Amino acid sequence: MCLAIPAQVTEIDADGRGKIDYLGTKVKVDFSLLENIRPGDWVIVHAGFAITRLDEEEARETLSLLREIAEAQGE
Amino acid sequence: MKELRDGSITRALLGQIKGKTSRLGRPVRIMEVCGTHTMTIHRYGLKVPLEEAGVDMVSGPGCPVCITPNEVHEACLDLVTQKENFILASFGDMTRVPTRKGSLQTAVPARSSLLKIVYSPEEALALARAHADKEVVFFGAGFETTIPAIAVTVKRAAAERVGNFSTLTALWLIPPALRAILLAGETSISGFLYPGHVSAIIGLEPYRFIAEEFGVPGAVAGFEPNDILLGISSVLDQIMEERPDVRLEYGRVVNPSGNPVARAVMEEMLEPRDALWRGLGRIPRSGLVLKDSYRAYDARTRYGLHVSEGSGDLPGCRCGEVLRGLISPPQCPLFGKACGPDSPFGPCMVSFEGACFIHHKYKIKQRMG
Repeated sequence: MCLAIPAQVTEIDADGRGKIDYLGTKVKVDFSLLENIRPGDWVIVHAGFAITRLDEEEARETLSLLREIAEAQGE
Repeated sequence: MKELRDGSITRALLGQIKGKTSRLGRPVRIMEVCGTHTMTIHRYGLKVPLEEAGVDMVSGPGCPVCITPNEVHEACLDLVTQKENFILASFGDMTRVPTRKGSLQTAVPARSSLLKIVYSPEEALALARAHADKEVVFFGAGFETTIPAIAVTVKRAAAERVGNFSTLTALWLIPPALRAILLAGETSISGFLYPGHVSAIIGLEPYRFIAEEFGVPGAVAGFEPNDILLGISSVLDQIMEERPDVRLEYGRVVNPSGNPVARAVMEEMLEPRDALWRGLGRIPRSGLVLKDSYRAYDARTRYGLHVSEGSGDLPGCRCGEVLRGLISPPQCPLFGKACGPDSPFGPCMVSFEGACFIHHKYKIKQRMG
């Protein structure tokens, strides 16, 4: 039930519904649990509803932290 | 995002974790609350390397299908086998849970009634709009991750006055269940990996009592292998610093204050009640039901369903002990013998978030380490 992988928003209708691209497949999603959602945003979808939006700045921080750990352990 | 699965980073993180447990001088036991975390740990073969690094991971109650007592499934079976002209719309894994009355997959529906698998409660509402001549009931279990979707759907049904739609739900709240596990004191848990997507809805505050009242640290973790290890590393830091806290290691997806829109619709539509969890027993204010003003959309009220809780586990099934973290799935005598994914004996072997299913699926990998 839990799609743990983020998906990108491709379309949004006026009624808050739309589509995401989930690993290459277009899937219908309801966006009414998120505010100010736009095409191009990355979201996590659960039971047909987008429940949260990906924060790209936070994602970059995690990735750089992981690279630092690998480098520190490699020394 | 390849760093989240990169094997050299995984090894570096495991090395860091091993260093921390060596400095602590004792092994630690951490409960991963969410079934999808259990899946990642086994899929990427982290269980054994973590044990070697001094961390024993124990699975928690984080599988809604697993913790829903059989009596709820049996009430649903009564509906579909006894009521005519009826559509029961359910999440797929709910239909395979075996009970004393069989499972929904084996049930013979009453005349003109049928079972439909849906992926979203909204799909069930669409069925009700399209089949005005039939009664449609959505049957679903879920945690805070799923509950907002169900609440929005009922709100829409009420706004549109869809008179032939109702829900038979088992809605569970994670924080009260963690309190119950800590109060029971059966497993000595040194820390928690909090579920990533439940936390995306509720934020960090609802876990605060675990650090403050119980002195147990925890971290919200994501679902990639290196996310899990970052979460474990954070829990170890808190143990070493003797500063139990609720830390966020999944900031790219979880806002510390959660999703306010989702929480608002939950509060608008639902209210807490004491609920009976498989294995964990009755837990105060751990379930949600529709408020009185929306009871017309609750199948229990609408069809006078009686759910006699407390006696429905199939004899021999040890799912309850698995859910409490008392035994590991292979310790159940039925595991892999009378109970497997093709012919599950209990719900923990049905759901892909179930600990027994996950252990079974990845047992070869685990043996190879």
